[in-house]
Amino acid sequence: MSGDARDWPLPRGGREGEGAGEGGGAGTGPADKAPQSSGGDPDPARLHEDFNAVWGNPRGWRAVTIVNHTAIGLRFMLTGLGFFLFGGLLAMLIRTQLALPGHTIMTPEVYAQVFTMHGTVMMFLFAVPMMEGLAVYLLPKMLGARDLVFPRLSALGYWCYLFGGLILCASLFLGIAPDAGWFMYTPLASATYTPGPNSDFWLIGVTFVEISAVSAGVELAVSILRARAPGMALDKMPLYAWYILTMAMMIVIGFPPLILGSILLELERAAGMPFFDPTRGGDPILWQHLFWLFGHPEVYIIFLPAAGIVSTLLPVFARRPVVGYAWVVVAVLTTGFISFGLWVHHMFAVGIPMLAQAFFSAASMLVAIPTAIQVFSWIATLWLGRPVFHLPMLWLTGFLVIFVAGGLTGVMLALVPFDWQVHDTHFVVAHMHYVLVGGMFFPLIAGLYYWLPHFSGRMASPALGRWGFWLVFGGFNLNFLVMHWTGLLGMPRRVNTYEAGLGWDLPNLISSIGGFVMAAGVVTVLADILLHFRFGRPAPDNPWQADTLEWATALPPNPYNFISLPRVEGRHPLWDQPGIGRELAAGRGGLAVIDHGRRETWGTDPASGEVREIIHLPGNTALPFLAALALAVVCIALLAKAYGVALAAAVVVAGLLLRWSWENGAHPAAAPDARTAPGDPPLHSRTADGPGLWGMALTLLADGALYLALLFGWFYLWTVGPTWEVPEGGGMAGRAGRLLLAAAVAHTLAQFAMQRCARRMAQGRGPKHGAAAFAAVAAGGALALGLVYAALRAAGLVVTATAHDAVIAVVLGYSLVHLGMATVVTLLQALRVRRGYVGLEAPYEPLVVARLWHYNGGVLWSSYAALVLFPPAWGGI
Amino acid sequence: MLTVGTIVLIGVVALWLHALRRPSAMVGPVEAKRITLLWLVGGGLLLPGFAIIALLAFGIPAGHRMLPLPPASGEAPLRIEVIGHQWWWEVHYPDTGVVLADELHLPAGQPVDVVVRSADVIHSFWIPRLAGKIDMVPGRSNLIRLQADEAGEYRGQCAEYCGVSHAFMVLRVVAHEPAAYAAWQQERGG
Repeated sequence: MSGDARDWPLPRGGREGEGAGEGGGAGTGPADKAPQSSGGDPDPARLHEDFNAVWGNPRGWRAVTIVNHTAIGLRFMLTGLGFFLFGGLLAMLIRTQLALPGHTIMTPEVYAQVFTMHGTVMMFLFAVPMMEGLAVYLLPKMLGARDLVFPRLSALGYWCYLFGGLILCASLFLGIAPDAGWFMYTPLASATYTPGPNSDFWLIGVTFVEISAVSAGVELAVSILRARAPGMALDKMPLYAWYILTMAMMIVIGFPPLILGSILLELERAAGMPFFDPTRGGDPILWQHLFWLFGHPEVYIIFLPAAGIVSTLLPVFARRPVVGYAWVVVAVLTTGFISFGLWVHHMFAVGIPMLAQAFFSAASMLVAIPTAIQVFSWIATLWLGRPVFHLPMLWLTGFLVIFVAGGLTGVMLALVPFDWQVHDTHFVVAHMHYVLVGGMFFPLIAGLYYWLPHFSGRMASPALGRWGFWLVFGGFNLNFLVMHWTGLLGMPRRVNTYEAGLGWDLPNLISSIGGFVMAAGVVTVLADILLHFRFGRPAPDNPWQADTLEWATALPPNPYNFISLPRVEGRHPLWDQPGIGRELAAGRGGLAVIDHGRRETWGTDPASGEVREIIHLPGNTALPFLAALALAVVCIALLAKAYGVALAAAVVVAGLLLRWSWENGAHPAAAPDARTAPGDPPLHSRTADGPGLWGMALTLLADGALYLALLFGWFYLWTVGPTWEVPEGGGMAGRAGRLLLAAAVAHTLAQFAMQRCARRMAQGRGPKHGAAAFAAVAAGGALALGLVYAALRAAGLVVTATAHDAVIAVVLGYSLVHLGMATVVTLLQALRVRRGYVGLEAPYEPLVVARLWHYNGGVLWSSYAALVLFPPAWGGI
Repeated sequence: MLTVGTIVLIGVVALWLHALRRPSAMVGPVEAKRITLLWLVGGGLLLPGFAIIALLAFGIPAGHRMLPLPPASGEAPLRIEVIGHQWWWEVHYPDTGVVLADELHLPAGQPVDVVVRSADVIHSFWIPRLAGKIDMVPGRSNLIRLQADEAGEYRGQCAEYCGVSHAFMVLRVVAHEPAAYAAWQQERGG
C-alpha cells in the first residue's frame, strides 16, 4: 500500500490558503526540490497546491484557528523563549541583590516575589512547555505522520499555556505576585500568613498552565503509540520518541497530584476548608508530599526530553547508530519509573522516620544507574563512530561536563546526613542549576542549532555561535561552581541579603559576575539565531546527514509534512533510503489523495506499527482558542473572587467543549463521507478502534492519578496526621453511607447498560432504539448523581471545622462532577445517534464514552470503601 | 566523597573528549559488540553500583549515629525546647523555667537534645557548625541532638523560607564550659 504510484483524479484549482507561513523563512514548496514528474506521477507542484488547500494555515486574525502541530509547536517554543527571557531577567535581579552584602536594591517583599517567580517561570512556563513544544513540532515528522492525533487539543493546550502564563506574570507587575517560594509551602502560603491574592495567582495560574501540560502529555503519548509510519514497530522508533513517550506518561501521572494539591490549597484559602491547617486536623506536610510527588518527577520530565535530544543528535554527528539502543530504552523507562519513588528526598529535614529516609536515600542514588548507562552509551557511540564536530556538538560537550557534575553532587545529596547539613543552602541551589541548566538548557540549545534549518531553511554562523557557547559555559561555571562553596560555608537559600564578614561576600560577588557573563552569552546566542534568519546560507537537503524522517520534509516544512506517507523498514529511514524525501513529495508513498478534502494520517498498531485505519483529523477551528479564552475568564474571576462570573464562564467553557465534541464522526465538519480509496482501510470513526480510545484511557489515567492523590491525602491524614480528629456524629456512617452505596449500585447497572449498548453498536447489532437507549443510560447516571448528592446532604458536613469533613466533601464533589460529565456526554450521544453522526456505520464514540462510565464506577466503589468501610476498620467512627 | 566525585567527573569528560578526537578505528561488528558491552556494563552498571554501595555503607551508619536515640547508659541529655516564630526564636529550659529570645546557651562537651516546634509557619532549626538541620513544623515536634565540642559562640539561622524577614532570623548560640554553664544557670535564676 505504499510506494505504488496511483493515478488519482485531482481537483481543479486550489481553495484559499497559503504556504507554511510560520517560521520567518520563505515557504518553500516541495516543487523546488522534487524532481519533475515522470511517468504516471502527478505533478508535485499541483499536489502541493491541493494539499495546501486542505492543510494550509490562514493568516491574519484567523491564525488563532490554526491547529496544525508545526505552527502550534513553534508557538510553544517562541512563547517559552519569551518566558525564559523574563525568568532570566528575574535571575539577574537576584544576582544583583546578592552581589554585595547588605544590598537593598529590592525590599524583602519584592525579593520574595522575584525569587518565587524566577523558579515558577523557569519550571512551569519555560522548561516543560519548551520541551513539549519541541516534541509537538518534531514528533509527527519523525514518525512519518502528518499531524498529532488530537490537533484541537494541541491548540487548546497552547492557548491555556499562553493565557495562564500571562496571568501569572501579570501579578508581578501588579506587585501581588506569589511570594512564598515556588514550592508554596503551607502554612506560609495559606490565607493566615499570605492574606493577599499572591498565592492565588500561583495556584490558579499554574493549574491553568498545567491543563496545557497534561493535554500535551496525552496527545504526545497517543500519537506516538497510534500514528506512526507503517512498519515502524516499537523497536524501530527513533530514540527521541521513546524519551517523549516516557516524558508524556510521567506528565500524565505526575502533574495531577500537584493539580489536586493546588485545588485543595485554593479551597483552603478561598473557602476555609482546612486540609493543611494543623489547628483543625490538617497537616502542612501533606502539601509537601503532594508537591514533591509531582516535583521530583518534574526534574526528569525536563531532563528526559533533553537527553532525547542528545540521543538524537549524537549518533548523527558520530556517523553511526547509537550504541545499545535497547539498553537506552530500558534506562529511560527505568528512570521514569524510579523517579516516582524519590520525592521524599526533598523532605529529609522534615522529621521523617529513619527507615523511610534510608529507603528514599537508596532509591535516589539508584537513579544514577540508568543515567550512567545513557552517558556511557553516548561515549561508546562516539568511540565507535567517526565523529564530526559541528556547533551542536560543542553544546553537547558542555552538557556532559555540567550535567555529570550536577549528577555527582546529586548522589552526594541523596546521602541523608550530608543532606541534613547542606539542605536549603546555596549548595542545593548550585546542584539544581547544574542539573537543570546542564541537563536541559545545553541540550536544548544544541537541538535548536541542529533543527534551525528546519525552522528557517537556513544555517547559522559557526563563529558567533562559538562565542555564545563559551560565554554561557564560562559564566555558568563561574556562577554556580563557586556557589557550591557558598553553600558549604553555610549560606541558606532564599535570603534577600546577608551580613558582611561571614565569608560569603567574595563568592557571592564572583557568582554575580558569572551570572552576568552567562546572560551576555544568552544574548549572543539569541543574536546569532536572529541574524541567521536574514544572513544564514540556505540549508541543503538533510544538512547534517541525519537518519530520522523529519529531514525528509521540505525546509521549512509545509503544514501537511509529507505529500505521501512513508513506509519504514529500519531504525534509520534516511540512511537506508537517502532519496525518500523526493519520493514522498512526488506522491509515491501512502495516502497521497486529497480530493476528499479531509486531513488524514495513518492509524497504526501500537506495537507492530502496521496500518489499522485512517485517522481523519479536524481542520482549523476557533473552538480551542475560545475555550481557553473562557477558561482565562474563569481564572480571572476566581482571582477577583467573583464566583458568579466564574460559574457563568465555566458553563461557557463546557458549552464550547461540547460543541467541539459535536464536530466529530459523521458530522458534516468531520467526515460525512466515509469512502476511502480501494485497498485502504476504513476511517477511524467507522471502526471500533480509534485513537480516542487511547486518548480517553490516558486522560482517565491522569484523572485517576488525581483521585488516588486525594485518597492518599485521606489515608495519610487518618494514619499520620498529628492533629487529625473525627467530629462527633454526622460523617459517612449511617444514612449517608447507605445512600452512597445505593448510588454505586445504581451506577453499576447504568454502567453495564452503557457497555452493552456501545458493544452492540460496534458489532453492528443495534441497539434498536439507539437514541432512546443512550438517553435511558444517561437517566441512570442522573439517578446515581442525585443519590451522591443526597449522601452529601445527609452527611451533615461542616467543611470549615475539620479536615475530616473537608476531605469527604471533596471526594463526594469529585464523584458529582464526574457523574455529571458522564450523564451529559451520554445524552449528547443520544442526540448524535438521532442526527446520524453516530450509529451502526460510525459506532466508535459510545465506546470512548463507555470508558468514562467504567472509570466512574471504580471511583464510586473506591469512595465507598474509603469513606464508609475504612474508618470503622481503622477504629474510627 | 568530593575527591571521588571530582575524579569521576574528570574521567568521564576525558573519555568523552578522547572519543571525540581519537582517529576513528575501523572495528568489526563482533569487536564493536564487545566494546559496547564493556562500556555499558562497566560504566553504566558497575561504576555507579559500587559508588552507591560504598556511599550507603558509610552513610546509613553515619546517619544512625546522629540520631537522638536514648543513651545506652548514664542520664538522659539536657533538653531544651525551641519554638520558631516569624521571625524569632523562643528558647525554653524546662528544667529551670528559663525563657530566652534569639539566644541559646548550652554546655559544651556533652550532647543536648533540642525539641523544636513552630508557632506559625514552617521554620528550620540550623546551627551549621553543630549539626544538620531539622524543620519546625506547626502541629508537630521534632527532635535533634547537638553537641558543641568546644566552648564559644556559634551562629544559628532559619533554613526554611518563612516570610520576608527570613534572612534576619538569626540565633546566637553560646556554648559554655560545664562549670560556666552551671554558673550561667545560677545567674538566670535556675
